[in-house]
Amino acid sequence: MSKGTIKKVAGPLVIAEGMRDANMFDMVRVSDRQLTGEIIEIHGGEASIQVYEETSGLGPGEPVESTGSPMSVELGPGLIGSIYDGIQRPLDKIMEQTGNNLKRGVQVLSLNRETKWHFQPAVEVGQEVVPGDIVGTVPETEIVLHKIMVPNGVSGKVTGIAEGDYTVADTIATITGSDGTGHNLSLMQRWPVREGRPYQEKLSPDMPLITGQRVIDTLFPIAKGGVAAVPGPFGSGKTVVQHQLAKWADADIVVYIGCGERGNEMTDVLNEFPELKDPKTGYSLMKRTILIANTSDMPVAAREASIYTGITMAEYYRDMGYSVALMADSTSRWAEALREMSGRLEEMPGEEGYPAYLGSRLAQFYERAGYVRALGKEGRKGALSVIGAVSPPGGDISEPVSQATLRIVKVFWSLDADLAYRRHFPAINWLTSYSLYVDTMGKWFNANVKNDWMDLRARLMRLLHDESELEEIVKLVGMDALSAGDRLKLEAARSIREDFLHQNAFHETDTYTSLQKQYQMMHLVLGYYDAAVSALEKKANIEDLVRLPVRERIGRFKYVAEDKTDEEYDQIEQMLSDEIQQAIQKEDL
Amino acid sequence: MPKEYRTIEEIAGPLMLVRNVSGVTYDELGEIELSTGEKRRCKVLEVDGSNALVQLFESSAGINLSQSKVRFLGRSMELGVSRDMLGRIFDGLGRPIDNGPEILPDKRMDIDGLPINPVARSYPQEFIQTGISAIDGLNTLVRGQKLPIFSASGLPHANLAAQIARQARVRGTQESFAVVFAAIGITFEEANFFIESFRETGALDRTVLFVNLANDPAIERISTPRMALTAAEYLAFEKGMHVLVILTDITNYADALREVSAARKEVPGRRGYPGYMYTDLASIYERAGRQKGKPGSITMIPILTMPEDDETHPIPDLTGYITEGQIILSRDLYRKGITPPIDVLPSLSRLKDKGIGEGKTRADHADTMNQLFAAYARGKEAKELMVVLGEAALTDIDKLYAKFADEFEKQYISQGYQVNRDVEETLDLGWKLLRILPRSELKRINDQLLDEYYDASDK
Repeated sequence: MSKGTIKKVAGPLVIAEGMRDANMFDMVRVSDRQLTGEIIEIHGGEASIQVYEETSGLGPGEPVESTGSPMSVELGPGLIGSIYDGIQRPLDKIMEQTGNNLKRGVQVLSLNRETKWHFQPAVEVGQEVVPGDIVGTVPETEIVLHKIMVPNGVSGKVTGIAEGDYTVADTIATITGSDGTGHNLSLMQRWPVREGRPYQEKLSPDMPLITGQRVIDTLFPIAKGGVAAVPGPFGSGKTVVQHQLAKWADADIVVYIGCGERGNEMTDVLNEFPELKDPKTGYSLMKRTILIANTSDMPVAAREASIYTGITMAEYYRDMGYSVALMADSTSRWAEALREMSGRLEEMPGEEGYPAYLGSRLAQFYERAGYVRALGKEGRKGALSVIGAVSPPGGDISEPVSQATLRIVKVFWSLDADLAYRRHFPAINWLTSYSLYVDTMGKWFNANVKNDWMDLRARLMRLLHDESELEEIVKLVGMDALSAGDRLKLEAARSIREDFLHQNAFHETDTYTSLQKQYQMMHLVLGYYDAAVSALEKKANIEDLVRLPVRERIGRFKYVAEDKTDEEYDQIEQMLSDEIQQAIQKEDL
Repeated sequence: MPKEYRTIEEIAGPLMLVRNVSGVTYDELGEIELSTGEKRRCKVLEVDGSNALVQLFESSAGINLSQSKVRFLGRSMELGVSRDMLGRIFDGLGRPIDNGPEILPDKRMDIDGLPINPVARSYPQEFIQTGISAIDGLNTLVRGQKLPIFSASGLPHANLAAQIARQARVRGTQESFAVVFAAIGITFEEANFFIESFRETGALDRTVLFVNLANDPAIERISTPRMALTAAEYLAFEKGMHVLVILTDITNYADALREVSAARKEVPGRRGYPGYMYTDLASIYERAGRQKGKPGSITMIPILTMPEDDETHPIPDLTGYITEGQIILSRDLYRKGITPPIDVLPSLSRLKDKGIGEGKTRADHADTMNQLFAAYARGKEAKELMVVLGEAALTDIDKLYAKFADEFEKQYISQGYQVNRDVEETLDLGWKLLRILPRSELKRINDQLLDEYYDASDK
């Protein structure tokens, strides 16, 4: 371990001398206040340290001590339901110690050392195990069975294991390697945050992450193990989209990182999640959620660390064979923290002052997502999906963070200020967004929902596209100049927008729509269009067709509770065909 | 007695380099004594070995290398706070300027404050009635929210802010209420407008004013909002008061920040503003809120003028990313004589959803709000089309929407600065306007509410 002294302090950057023996990215303790920092550059004996806490009051001559190991997180039972800061200190424990405001130099262990967990072995004495093998399980919450895996670098014969109640620090099993070295396994292991956890191989994603959000599931789906970006100007609903996904996505585990965002948003999550029920399991959403909060008033350097802390925990659950979804809101704040440190290090800036390595760091982060075969003989498959919000200045995505992100991600949900002004939420623009998973996921939808799912989707997209072209014409020559067929097309597109894509996150029924209901909704909206087109051919009056009373009922279908949709669907179908018949007959008379 | 240094080496703009110091720490407060005996304050921006780079809080005029002395005080900048601050006027650095006595501080608080643990926040959800329909009905303000006003030069943001300060109240409560007002680089006339407005309504006795005028040193502006918020935190979280903080004008604050950053030769971000401006602004705005176990609250209304009316300028842009919504004033509406000229479509209150509805305002609030927004947006589109193609080009229904948009601006938004509407009045007015449209168009309102309100005749 290397000990040095502070030479320079400038904001979150501290330069220490006498650090010749320290390693890059070692965690260090700065000054007698024991502030946590990380070495990010070494010149001769001088180490540049980014300090994860407020540095006011530090001065030259104070001690700096390297811990000799890189920044790591503790992984074990007790993570679920916790709220951590950017360097995995539990915020609720900090509050118990220091009150409502965050003070410095607080040392709190990430995992509670007193809680006893019931451990159920899954292997027997004498069995051979390799890294990744499950030696036993702990029921962490009602819905999460925590699997205790053999840590990386440990293999051999199990020489001792017993069922019982243990704390995370107790030895639960012993393993003797082929060279005779013994290893004690506890419920907890550590992993350096900047290094991705190993797996056997990466697989191609083949299943969508169902979110219950119509515009996402139907038009721009994301795969389990996929990556998506949500860029948008302020007020366009990024955070609501992220919250909706955290609430309703059919992942086993959700890791939510509030990175440089509002304090009240984290409070909102903390208040709301324990109350909400997961539609799949019926248990509180908090029973599957880990929160990481570095709000915008918290120290900026820890913002940089927070997304690594989060993704390492997510990978750990992925390795157990779970489908994990990680939301990072917002990666722009992370990039700004990177820029701030880069500026203080006096590095040559790239575009807009961001460091030249911005793109590669972002890519490294997003590449940790994926659908993988985990380590271990069993060959478990786990998925880690990552959804990153981007906050481009002025909503202009030509800026470096958005551009670097778009080069990596496969799904792009483009939030649009104009839609938000019209209170069309989610304000995901259907013309500029895309999902490269559409074709692969399409097979799944056709096979698992209805075989014409993709055809209907294609027709929706087509109508929306035609609408944008027709609107150009209307702006030039007015609605009167359109043919009756084109007017009908506009009406159908309006119905797609208002009755299908528009979804109210704050409405108890509308906030989540099952795939079956989404399919019915597509059918109704397009059913009206098809029926009206054929009626038009039979000389029905366009004004009558536009004003069919059934349209209001189609518009309200989204508020129909999931268990009543079949009945309502049949009634609307009937009503539609009756009214269309009347419209045709009226002209015949 | 702290050690005195006569080793000032450089003075450039707001920065000063002091050599051969020892024991100086980052962010420490310093005191410069001029040859005349006058004292000025500064803080340490960087210590590198025995060199300290300091930033002045006040003007550098009169400081020289040979005779000025610097002392470092071993603490950061603090403000002495007390309940007696209510009704008093201070300069941008917290010194009384109303010829009143010095404040005997109850305690001294660091002006930078401490971040609030997100676990310790309690979510703002108490409806504040401002008496302004465009805010109460559509962009509802709640206790503990930070809701800025995005204005532009020549627009009446001061009138609106004063109206809010005058009329804001939480219904059915008689809790103690205070206003903390920080003038940051604004003109004497504008500051005086606020002071007079507080005086007229008798609110001055429960107001603390911090005034840095346009001709005061720009560098003081870095501290002014922090002084104000320190006083507000004391009143809210130590004395249990509900504090409304008005900060005007944040644009001047950001310019002062840019000045310091430029003097330090930092790599500039957009438009020359420093890359850390987001974090810096957040350290101000995030001090608003409510805390668990504390009865008081800080509700913040920062005002900023958008340069060139440009909402994507870094100052409004970064502000919008931190604050919980924004109230945007529009020059178009102002020219049309709509007062207050609030452009409701791009305006937003992010916390409205938890502050409205049954038991808070009325059950129909959320639905009618969404419907009014949607209808007004469509009405404006119809009007644009009408400008190009004439009225004949509109369908019948679009003509109704166009009419709705006009009436909405005239009746709902334009209420003047003296009218104080309670929320029922605002909601009923919303229904009255919605009746311009046929019931089948109101898809965002549920049926029972339509039965109850749409069909009900005007009372």
